[in-house]
Amino acid sequence: MNELDIITPKKQSRPLFDPPIVKRAIGDAFKKLHPMHLAKNPVMFVVAVGSFITTILLVKNACTGISSAKLLFEFQVTLWLWFTVLFANFAEAMAEGRGKAQADNLKKGRKETTARRELNGNVEVVPATALKKDDVVIVSAGEVIPSDGEVIEGVATVNESAITGESAPVIRESGGDRSAVTGGTTVLSDWLRIRITVDPGQTFLDRMISLVEGAQRQKTPNEIALDILLAGLTIIFLLAVVTLLPFSIYSVRAGGGEVADPFQLIALLVCLIPTTIGGLLSAIGIAGMDRVLQHNVLAMSGKAVEAAGDVDTLLLDKTGTITLGNRQAVEFVPLGGISAQELADAAQLSSLSDETPEGRSVVVLAKEYGLRERSISEGEIEFIPFSAQTRMSGVNVNAREIRKGASEAIFKYLTGRGLAIPSELSKIVTTIAQAGGTPLAVADNQRGALGVIHLKDVVKGGMKDRFVQLRSMGIRTVMITGDNPLTAAAIASEAGVDDYLAEATPETKMKLIRQEQEGGRLVAMTGDGTNDAPALAAADVGVAMNSGTQAAKEAGNMIDLDSNPTKLIEVVEIGKQLLMTRGALTTFSIANDVAKYFAILPSMFGTLYALSPGAQGPLWHLNIMRLPSPESAILGAVIFNALIIIVLIPLALKGISYKPMTAQALLSRNLLIYGVGGLIVPFPGIWIFAQLLVVLGLAPSN
Amino acid sequence: MTAVGWLQITVFALALLLITKPLGIFLWHVMEGKPQFLSKILGPVEQLTYKLFGVDAQEEMNWLRYGQALLAFSCVSTLFTYAILRIQGLLPFNPMHFSMADAPSWSTQVTPDLAFNTAMSFATNTNWQAYSGESTMSYLSQMLGLAFHNWISAAVGFAVAAVLIRGFSRQNTAGLGNFWADISRFSLYVLFPAGILYSLFLVWQGVPQSFDAYKVATTLEGVSQWIPLGPIASQEWIKMLGINGGGFLNANSSHPFENPTPLTNFVQMVSIFALPAALTYTFGKSVGDTRQGWVLLSVMLILCLAGTALCYSAEAIGNPNFDRLGVETSSKVLGDSGGNQEGKELRFGLANSALFADVTTAASCGAVNSMHDSFTPVSGLVLLLNMQLGEIIFGGVGSGLYGMLIYAVLTVFIAGLMVGRTPEYLCKKIEKKEVKLAMLFLLVSAFSILALTAISTCCDLPAKGFLNPQGAPWNNINNSGPHGLSEILYAFSSATGNNGSAFAGISVNTPFYNTLLAVAMFAGRFLMIIPVLVMAGSLASKKLVPATSGTFPTNTWLFVVLLTGVILIVGALTFFPVLTLGPIVEQFLMHEGRLF
Repeated sequence: MNELDIITPKKQSRPLFDPPIVKRAIGDAFKKLHPMHLAKNPVMFVVAVGSFITTILLVKNACTGISSAKLLFEFQVTLWLWFTVLFANFAEAMAEGRGKAQADNLKKGRKETTARRELNGNVEVVPATALKKDDVVIVSAGEVIPSDGEVIEGVATVNESAITGESAPVIRESGGDRSAVTGGTTVLSDWLRIRITVDPGQTFLDRMISLVEGAQRQKTPNEIALDILLAGLTIIFLLAVVTLLPFSIYSVRAGGGEVADPFQLIALLVCLIPTTIGGLLSAIGIAGMDRVLQHNVLAMSGKAVEAAGDVDTLLLDKTGTITLGNRQAVEFVPLGGISAQELADAAQLSSLSDETPEGRSVVVLAKEYGLRERSISEGEIEFIPFSAQTRMSGVNVNAREIRKGASEAIFKYLTGRGLAIPSELSKIVTTIAQAGGTPLAVADNQRGALGVIHLKDVVKGGMKDRFVQLRSMGIRTVMITGDNPLTAAAIASEAGVDDYLAEATPETKMKLIRQEQEGGRLVAMTGDGTNDAPALAAADVGVAMNSGTQAAKEAGNMIDLDSNPTKLIEVVEIGKQLLMTRGALTTFSIANDVAKYFAILPSMFGTLYALSPGAQGPLWHLNIMRLPSPESAILGAVIFNALIIIVLIPLALKGISYKPMTAQALLSRNLLIYGVGGLIVPFPGIWIFAQLLVVLGLAPSN
Repeated sequence: MTAVGWLQITVFALALLLITKPLGIFLWHVMEGKPQFLSKILGPVEQLTYKLFGVDAQEEMNWLRYGQALLAFSCVSTLFTYAILRIQGLLPFNPMHFSMADAPSWSTQVTPDLAFNTAMSFATNTNWQAYSGESTMSYLSQMLGLAFHNWISAAVGFAVAAVLIRGFSRQNTAGLGNFWADISRFSLYVLFPAGILYSLFLVWQGVPQSFDAYKVATTLEGVSQWIPLGPIASQEWIKMLGINGGGFLNANSSHPFENPTPLTNFVQMVSIFALPAALTYTFGKSVGDTRQGWVLLSVMLILCLAGTALCYSAEAIGNPNFDRLGVETSSKVLGDSGGNQEGKELRFGLANSALFADVTTAASCGAVNSMHDSFTPVSGLVLLLNMQLGEIIFGGVGSGLYGMLIYAVLTVFIAGLMVGRTPEYLCKKIEKKEVKLAMLFLLVSAFSILALTAISTCCDLPAKGFLNPQGAPWNNINNSGPHGLSEILYAFSSATGNNGSAFAGISVNTPFYNTLLAVAMFAGRFLMIIPVLVMAGSLASKKLVPATSGTFPTNTWLFVVLLTGVILIVGALTFFPVLTLGPIVEQFLMHEGRLF
């Protein structure tokens, strides 16, 4: 089953430029030159058309014979224009590369599995791909579950590492919330009778392959809006550049000089249109999906990831997300006249055989009172397990009976033994309950009530800070719990969540979601049970636990393969990072234009209104970067424009650095880096390339 | 540059800031149909108007209904003006007998293309004038054909702004207000009382208001000269307040009859900016955060004052060639010493000429008190850019606000993503549709200016032809080289921006220019109003998203900087290439001693 242990992103953290992925991406970059593919991206399409035109003109000029210096310039412009397109394609291919590599592994692992299908009482062996919905199959230990389905009979341990990367086996049984099984996972022990719930080609594994491959990727709403903006800017700059031809003809007519030639115009156009963001836009989107996958979350669409960034309200399940999941003993509160030591001793004795997390925590806490683990011979001791009738557990040591349990049960026990119920006891019990804890009374048959164990939900470390961060980002957290309002309020205030929903039922959850959405807020939640399905479907971002039911998984728009509800917060952060990366690179791209103007316009119009033919005219004064020659200036700008795409690929794939802070702070920070930075960086960048070209003899020095 | 000059510019800015809030509050009442101090007196008139025209003022129109009403109204009024101009010879109030058999020899005929151009010009609030008022238009044409349009086109602009404001302030609705109610209320409560007071003020300052024929005077040289008269005061006020700019007389606000005193000059400048400035406050009040309005006003004021400062300093530095030739250019008007005095009205001096020129082009007014053609190239660049940015630096009545809001939407979209959320402006999500419409808005403007200028610089026409008797359209310019290019560019920038001021130096009264400029004016007005109305409809139908600390803040100084930056980068970069070949190269050449 190791060969099935394939999608384990946590274990295989790939370097950004993994050689096989790079190799494949280079090939793909050329394949993506297909016009049908280019047409999807208006900005790069214009660049490709421009490159095509210059190529034709280059061939024509080479045939008709122009000066070799001019031909060298035109060749370089054409070459770099093609590189611009290729670099953008490469960026997209790189982003897809990781997913594709994963998909390949999945496909490789999806070997021809066979299934034992029950048909009219007979069992026949068929290929897994032949299974249809509602077929019933039997899978025994060591066999691979052939397709997605629901257990209708049997209990078995299943290794789901093929899907989740988690090697610890899980139990799957008929009925309840643990009945869903996934194709490609392996039964480790026992056997299962499974009713297949999907048709071939639609299994979870199939969907996962197509998702990681990015085959079904559709542009997200935000991406479409950005595409429109970029297309609009492209048209505006196209207009500005195309009209320059008549204006330059007019100027030549008026004052002499050279009319702008197509190579210069196309170079200017390509430099002005937002090629940086245009080339990286789809890579950013794919990489965002991929980052979610790295966290072992399968997003069913890019839209869901994007929506995660917009979330205003997070509904978090208390158990497992906010608290550690189990109550723990935090304090022994003895009654008057009883030492804490004595109470701890009794509590520990009564819990020695209690294997529940609560019981273990009592033993652990007692050690802090100097009570080491003791060896007790079986003869003198009798453990009384918890029973639903008495609602107590305990131990009999010789004649001494020690009992612990809910306060009412202990009251009953004491009354039954004719022992007094001290008023102090009920007081302690009430105090603990009001603080959100669970009181567990301890008594013995000799001295009566001894004291109370304070069991408490323990809030996970670091959660409080996390909620503060979320609040600064404008996200409200709501804790969902089945606890009573008193307990819920106490935990909510300890964890620092903004609000809580106590005694939550699927109906109240649903109501809360509707209420938030009516107020214009976007809601994210996690869920696993079938009764969570409606709420998961209603939420804007619904993360279903992989351990959950099929219904829950189908209702959500993301599936967490690790079934870790805390991940919702990470998903939100990835969504935000995705949007921020887009915004930052858009701003950077647009801010870049200023410098390019100062490189290309003086070069294009440098000869206009010159005092003598061939001399530099007044507009060469606009060459504020002091670039050596018109050719070096134009080429410098075009090369900078092309290479910046490559330079920014890591940023596009990893996303810009994300720190939770208020929008105002984020804006100032990103504006400084990407806005002001985008304004400044191209000046030295173009200058360096221009100088380099002159040094290499690829452009004239004046 | 002088301290007094700067002081005047400062006083102007302060006066503007002072009136913004009270006037903004008043406009808010008018827009919302809430009672204000004039309701008691004029309220019955409002109701009577509705009854007379059978209008249900309570009817909420969606964007389509609103747009239909607006376009139908503008179409009818354009045809009305066209008709009046064509048959003015048959109509009364024509003491100079224009368009009649016995018209004076110096008068101009109102040809169909001129009438079309003029009707379009006034309907679009442009007031581009391919004619001289005093030698072409009868008093009736001036009053009923032109001043009437100045009035209602301003009301239409206000209505469109009101619609966009409602788009932001309302939620889950298609209703954007009632077009008839909006223009009636604005006309009745704002323009009517303002008109009475403002024209009386002008008459007091010496602006003529007369139906008499022109007077003949004998000058000191013994030559006889026509002194034009007319109902000037009643047209002058709306020319400024309605940001129309079309002068009764050819010399516009540099003529003593239109702008007789320093006080009228100051009041005229303030009244150009008054309504657009106040509307920013009205907007802020409507969306429940007046800081949002002040942010827009700050951006407008920063861009305007930067332009004025550049203009004023360039004019004060003047033309270096005069110094080289040893020509004394210093005049002592208002303490100006030296500088570029060519084409300036000496009564106003450099500071007031530069400020007026910047104000009139930043707002889509187009009234002039000096010759823009004679400004130094750098100043010309400022004036061109003011118009090319889409008349958003105060802009027209209403149109300045909605243009600025379109830029704000765009800014929020470009930079808003950087805070990691789908961009929101004023609690409305900015999505695909809004971006599409905002880009369309920019595209119309860029296309109209650049493409039409390009056509005029490259398409050859037969000489003595019908379209353009001068032949190629570039033969109509009086100046060669970059200055000529600026002249053509200025004409189309002015027409598209619905500004209406002219760089002069170009003969535009030919069928070619009249038609092309009318197209530019139409595009710059109605093709830009449509996306605005659609956007208002889309915004109004959206939910208001509650603002949190994660929301992109748009009421801070940072947003002022950002919005200014986007306007300059997106707006200015579009026109930078062509400006390079116009004023920029001209400035360099001027320093080389080459003039055009």
